[in-house]
Amino acid sequence: MIRLDNVHKAFGSKRVLQGLTLDVARGESCVIIGGSGTGKSVCLKCVLGLVTPDSGSITVDGQDVQSGDRDAFLARFGMLFQGGALFDSLPVWQNVAFRLQRGPQKRPKAQAREIAIEKLRRVGLKPDVADLFPSELSGGMQKRVGLARAIAAEPEIIFFDEPTTGLDPIMSGVINDLIREIVTEMGATALTITHDMRSVRAIADKVAMLHEGVIRWHGPVAQIDTADDPYLRQFVNGDAEGPIAAVR
Amino acid sequence: MNPLLIPFATIGRSTLGMLRVIGQVTIYAGQAISHILRPPFYPRELLWQLLQIGWLSLPVVGLTALFTGGALALQIFAGGARFNAEAVVPQIVAIGIVRELGPVLGGLMVAGRVAAAIAAELGTMKVTEQIDALVTLSTNPLKYLTVPRILAATISLPILVAVGDAIGIFGGYLVSTTRLGFNEAAYLRNTVDFLELWDITSGLIKGAVFGFIVALMGCYHGMNSGRGAQGVGRATTNAVVSASIMILAANYLLTELFFNA
Repeated sequence: MIRLDNVHKAFGSKRVLQGLTLDVARGESCVIIGGSGTGKSVCLKCVLGLVTPDSGSITVDGQDVQSGDRDAFLARFGMLFQGGALFDSLPVWQNVAFRLQRGPQKRPKAQAREIAIEKLRRVGLKPDVADLFPSELSGGMQKRVGLARAIAAEPEIIFFDEPTTGLDPIMSGVINDLIREIVTEMGATALTITHDMRSVRAIADKVAMLHEGVIRWHGPVAQIDTADDPYLRQFVNGDAEGPIAAVR
Repeated sequence: MNPLLIPFATIGRSTLGMLRVIGQVTIYAGQAISHILRPPFYPRELLWQLLQIGWLSLPVVGLTALFTGGALALQIFAGGARFNAEAVVPQIVAIGIVRELGPVLGGLMVAGRVAAAIAAELGTMKVTEQIDALVTLSTNPLKYLTVPRILAATISLPILVAVGDAIGIFGGYLVSTTRLGFNEAAYLRNTVDFLELWDITSGLIKGAVFGFIVALMGCYHGMNSGRGAQGVGRATTNAVVSASIMILAANYLLTELFFNA
């Protein structure tokens, strides 16, 4: 469904993606792991068209992501951002129903609010949260609202950018379980980037390890503990010593 | 490189950098203007920005105009006394406020308040990925964030200038009648009789141009903000400084244009 083929992207002299190739099948939950600064977020942004690759091709169902009707293309996606990226000036329900209040998916206000409250309930938040502003919520609640926004228009493809960063272990577990449940229940294709191995085990069907701008290893999640790739081993075990140089 | 050429290279780099920014701002302004005329429109955002930019700037502009009008009356009286022309205070206060000080000081005060606020808000939105989130939600940030702000500032500033003109003239009237011994009725009659429609209209046109500049600079610098608190801080400073300089430059150019008209 999503195909990245030999994608290169550099920012000035810094070469971030250096020939990244990855396939994500329909209905699959793929998790990209890798150290900080290896280009995981840039990879997601390239697929969404937020960043234009220098070379290579990115297609979704065979259609180039940079061509065609952008609104129709983006309507197929939902995204949970690392920090939530909730709009400060809007109450929670309007954040969740943002897409349902404008554009081709516009609904009457009452219906949009009803859907927003239903999605909030789906991520474990009570309806009284709907009229609060994002600044009145804890980090975990903001992540849940971000998740509710990502699934509000029932997208075919959902991206999760570091979904558990900054959360305590219990809240991380809750978010991981929610993502797994929602992706399975909606039958959506999911692409997640994370450093958190607990998230990987909870969310992934397939794992791809990004290192120095290329996919170093990829395979089913069940194989990450038995694979003999030294880079993957070091990352999974969190070893300071190994082929991946740590900046001290 | 030959050390003697380093100063020239530095000047060349700065000039190229400045030309690049001018080009970027021009393209950004062109895109914003083109989006004003094309749907979708966001009337609620426009109304909210009219409130934020127009209504909430009223105290700042009003107080500035009041004190400026009072000070201007004292200065003209003192200056005019040197050649027995104290009586022209009402006329000069009126023309000075309406044609020049009302729009310029109003524009500068709004630049300080609004350009900074817009740049800080949009810069923070960029840093916290809210702008990227808008794109993923099929919403064009230029249309949703920039256009309502530019429209609201361009509509609000002439109204603020008109209110500021009235308050500024009132400031001059207050000082002239209580401190300088002018007759109330005569002061008002001299002001009204002397002012021409073009004096007021030219000031309002200036206000609309300054409003456009203020919002454009706030939005441009906010949307192009660097990362982190330092990036947002720099964007805010650049927005206010560039808006202020452009207001003063535009004021000269417009005055020149109106002078020749």
